[in-house]
Amino acid sequence: MQNVIVVTSGKGGVGKTTTSANIGVGLVREGHKVVLVDTDIGLRNLDVVLGLENRIVYDLVDVVEGTCRLKQALIKDKRYDGLFLLPAAQTRDKMAVSPDQMKVLIEDLEKEFDYIIIDCPAGIEQGFKNAVAGAKSAIVVTVPEVSSVRDADRIIGLLSASEIDDVKLLVNRMRPDLAKKGDMLSIDDVIEILGVGLIGVIPEDEMIFRASNLGEPAVGDDKSKAGAAYRATVKRIMGEDIPIGVFEEKDGFLAKVKKLFGGNR
Amino acid sequence: MGLFGKKRERSSSIAKDRLKLVLVYDRTGTSSNNAMIEMMKRDILRVISEYIEIDEDEFELDIKNSAMGGEGTVTSEIVANIPIKRIKRMSRNQY
Repeated sequence: MQNVIVVTSGKGGVGKTTTSANIGVGLVREGHKVVLVDTDIGLRNLDVVLGLENRIVYDLVDVVEGTCRLKQALIKDKRYDGLFLLPAAQTRDKMAVSPDQMKVLIEDLEKEFDYIIIDCPAGIEQGFKNAVAGAKSAIVVTVPEVSSVRDADRIIGLLSASEIDDVKLLVNRMRPDLAKKGDMLSIDDVIEILGVGLIGVIPEDEMIFRASNLGEPAVGDDKSKAGAAYRATVKRIMGEDIPIGVFEEKDGFLAKVKKLFGGNR
Repeated sequence: MGLFGKKRERSSSIAKDRLKLVLVYDRTGTSSNNAMIEMMKRDILRVISEYIEIDEDEFELDIKNSAMGGEGTVTSEIVANIPIKRIKRMSRNQY
């Protein structure tokens, strides 16, 4: 995928912010210099998912309004060399920034970073327009559920209207056992309905709760199966041809992922 | 697995069918849908014009929802209005 990627979904609560954080950290683990941009002005959360909430002085709105320089607002992650966060403002609203201002901001960031990951707010209004303004590629996050897939379809339409053609799907919180029983939409169902290529499938994983409690994305956790799925997703983003595991076999998802990584754990 | 068998119907199949239907409605009127209709109009116009001269300005094509299914069920259909100006002589196909 291209270097400026917006992570979006339409529906709230499907894992946009968690996905943004994991992809960002994952790309840094692969040696890239990455900035995560939180565009959810008024409801910021990427800072807490990354465990950087106590380090915010300036934010995106300060940069756009010229209150500070871009470099002053960028928070450097001390655990991951090469990872930076540009936090959203918490006490302003989405109208504080315009799509044109976002484009300029993203162009400035492109000079410094290999990848720019933009965490998009829920909804299809101003916040969405801001988030997609400077993006070249998009990852649409969905869970295998009617309401979420429906909203994903709407978002895919809006992305194409915004002339973002490189759109990939990430199916989150997959339960292969339920899909096998016929009580959850399968990956094939979701792809058939949405007609968009798959960048990753993240299994439901209790470890995600632990990761969010700690403020440490699961992608850095070797024991987390969601983390392993995010690591595979990151490699696909970088252009590596890694097959998505077959989910309806007996040896389960974890075994599949282990195979993908050559069983080195 | 029949409806009266012991096995429950797969709820995922129902979910899939519901989604497919709701997306037909959702996509109606969106800009990408309108662009698709325009492309479809252009293609249909090109094909028909090989045989029949039609009034391009009055050519209408749209996807509409209607309550034709009975029992309150809504179905989607393509509605076309293509006024004919003149039918061409089928010289090419007279073998």
